[in-house]
Amino acid sequence: MDAVVGLSRLQFALTAMFHFIFVPLTLGLVWLVAWWEWKFVRTGDEKFLRMARFWGKLFLVNFALGVVTGIALEFQFGMNWAEYAKYVGDIFGAPLAIEATAAFFLESTFIGLWIFGWKKLSPKVHALSISLVAFGTALSALWICLANGWMQHPVGYALRNGRAEMTDFGALVFNGTGWLIFAHTLAAGFLTGGFFVMGVSAFHLLRKNEVPLFKASFRTAAAFALLASVLVIGTGDQQGVRVAKHQPAKFAAMEAQWETQAGAPYTVFSWPDRKNERNAFEVLKIPRGLSLMGFHSGSAVVKGLKDIPPEERPPILPTFLGFKLMVASGLLMVLLALVGWLKGKRGRLEAGSKYLRLMVWLIPLPYIAIQLGWVVTELGRQPWLVQGLMKTTEGASASLAPSQVLFSLLMFTLVYGALGVVDIYLMVKLSRKGPQPEGGRP
Amino acid sequence: MTFAVIWFILWGVLWTAYFILDGFDLGAGMLYPFLGKSEADRALIRRSVGPFWDGNEVWLLTAGGATFAAFPAVYATMFSSLYTALLLVLLALILRGVSLEFRAKGEGTAWRKTWDAGFAVGSLIQALLLGVAFGNIFRGLPIDPAGFHGTLSSLLNPYGLLTGLLFLSLFLVHGALWVALKTEGDLAGRAKALAGRIWLAAALLAVVFFIVTPFATPLLANYLVQPWWFAVPALALLALVLVQSYAGRGRVGRAFAASAATIGLVTATGLVGLYPSLLPSRLDPSSSLTVFNASSSPATLKIMTVVALIFVPLVIGYQVWVYRVFRAKISAREAEADVLY
Repeated sequence: MDAVVGLSRLQFALTAMFHFIFVPLTLGLVWLVAWWEWKFVRTGDEKFLRMARFWGKLFLVNFALGVVTGIALEFQFGMNWAEYAKYVGDIFGAPLAIEATAAFFLESTFIGLWIFGWKKLSPKVHALSISLVAFGTALSALWICLANGWMQHPVGYALRNGRAEMTDFGALVFNGTGWLIFAHTLAAGFLTGGFFVMGVSAFHLLRKNEVPLFKASFRTAAAFALLASVLVIGTGDQQGVRVAKHQPAKFAAMEAQWETQAGAPYTVFSWPDRKNERNAFEVLKIPRGLSLMGFHSGSAVVKGLKDIPPEERPPILPTFLGFKLMVASGLLMVLLALVGWLKGKRGRLEAGSKYLRLMVWLIPLPYIAIQLGWVVTELGRQPWLVQGLMKTTEGASASLAPSQVLFSLLMFTLVYGALGVVDIYLMVKLSRKGPQPEGGRP
Repeated sequence: MTFAVIWFILWGVLWTAYFILDGFDLGAGMLYPFLGKSEADRALIRRSVGPFWDGNEVWLLTAGGATFAAFPAVYATMFSSLYTALLLVLLALILRGVSLEFRAKGEGTAWRKTWDAGFAVGSLIQALLLGVAFGNIFRGLPIDPAGFHGTLSSLLNPYGLLTGLLFLSLFLVHGALWVALKTEGDLAGRAKALAGRIWLAAALLAVVFFIVTPFATPLLANYLVQPWWFAVPALALLALVLVQSYAGRGRVGRAFAASAATIGLVTATGLVGLYPSLLPSRLDPSSSLTVFNASSSPATLKIMTVVALIFVPLVIGYQVWVYRVFRAKISAREAEADVLY
């Protein structure tokens, strides 16, 4: 049973993290593609059509992988986490079913229309279909984040008939935790889309390839990324407040705060020492900083890890490191987006720019930050599967043998490894190749 | 009628819609290497399912999601019991889902052959295993409150395989008729001829299935209580006969409609017999998961009913519209253009 839990956790982590390589770019890039297609519809400028097609092609490769890897997660709730599915399905199943009905159908139907409808639809209806895909991806993210938000902060249920039954659908739908996770995820997706377009455009600008097209792409993407980065910081700050209130163990682990303290300072550099329940070193303290971050009040009391029983503490080092590195990446991206926006505005996107060279290499940065963010969210919730309601060890399927899960884990690793290689190959190849030559209409 | 009963019906409708819709693109996928003799033919077949397969597949995910929301215990037991079988379905679904996309974005013969094979093999595994899974549900699973007492190989019992092959052959006929309907000339002719040949196998399997089912499964009981239900399997057989009769007279559209009806009615035959169980137990009838002991609370079911009433008609509306946009037969030039893109 323990082996089943451990292997199932590993498998869920692997498949969820792999899925989330594709989701952020899907969530962000689709709005840019839609934007450029609408610009074409309004101005009739062929450049925008070529932009929509080029970035749309990259979007499609990424989208396909996001869709199929998402299904693997839905299946696992039943396959590996049957006890969880039985216990909370009455309330947790609803957002997943609504996601499929309201959002997944929308994206999947209209993406087919968009791919094959270039000559069948009027330009407006064609642009509308990618807009509906964009709306569908965001709506899909909302329902999934509401499901996850319920696991972080369960609301609207009562324990009846040996399970958690829904008593208040409104509480589930208007759960602030879910909405904040959604807003943060969506903003991070926009940021990923922006950085991706900036990075690929930088690659071509450095080679003086299709300069007007990639300058236009870069400028729009930089504005989009700048707006997104501000939203990421804002929603992240609000999430910190929710976490401090509802998940004090996660909050303490994020900052390696051992002592319960009023007016707790924020420590910029430190290193947790779990054995001795202290930090190995603490450098650069901002007075009252942590209390301000968690409670927006300088005198607020922050609960320390020492006041949380060891068996109810999350793994401290990964939660701590994940959080610190995510925040550092986030702040760096605000700066980079701002520089890009200013450079674009002043028309200084020339070959030979160190900034452009850097932006090519930083395409992975938002991806890393997002993976770290989910590590904090999910590992930081441990040992709970549903905060305060069900432990992770109680959720796994009772009827599975470790060998079955080991086999599936191996299969996922092999198949996902191969898909990852093919995806990177295709994305790099298509990105380098650039748009279809002018007049090259299909 | 309680909400739980309504949800049994909706559950059945979602699965039936899924089999009818994805059935033709799974069938076309399986036939793709055989019908697609030239690059131009292969482009036509891909194009015939291209705009639709993704939207069709969501009916499977919605059926899964609805099972989770409306019958959590069924979702948990079904997915954990059929663990390895569903893993294979999932991997097939993933392979199939990326194959068409990857193929279009790469170059070279080896690259194309790889993803062509992925599309065909993925379709085959998905179609066969979903049929096997339903065969086992009709037959009853070895479940009791302690869990599942079978293995992957015990799922591949003769009745499970028979149902799997029946679904497979019906999807093949369905897919061949779809290709015949959407294309012209030589390819359409070969697809129609192939549908006719596979129909013989499908008809044989269907007859065996209807003869064996009363003995191999507990499905007969409901039919004996209310003999009017025998109309469902009778209509299934009638529809199957009509497939061949229409196809023989060159009425491909009607033959396709009859084949859709056949798939729907065969699925319904099983569902009528299953009620009120969703997962019957072979070990002990009291361990069966039914509408009464495995459903969500009335409050949840009520909300999900409202959700379904709003969104299912909406989905049907825009999917019908998309089918209408692409209703014309596909020209070779049109299919070629998509290859370039």
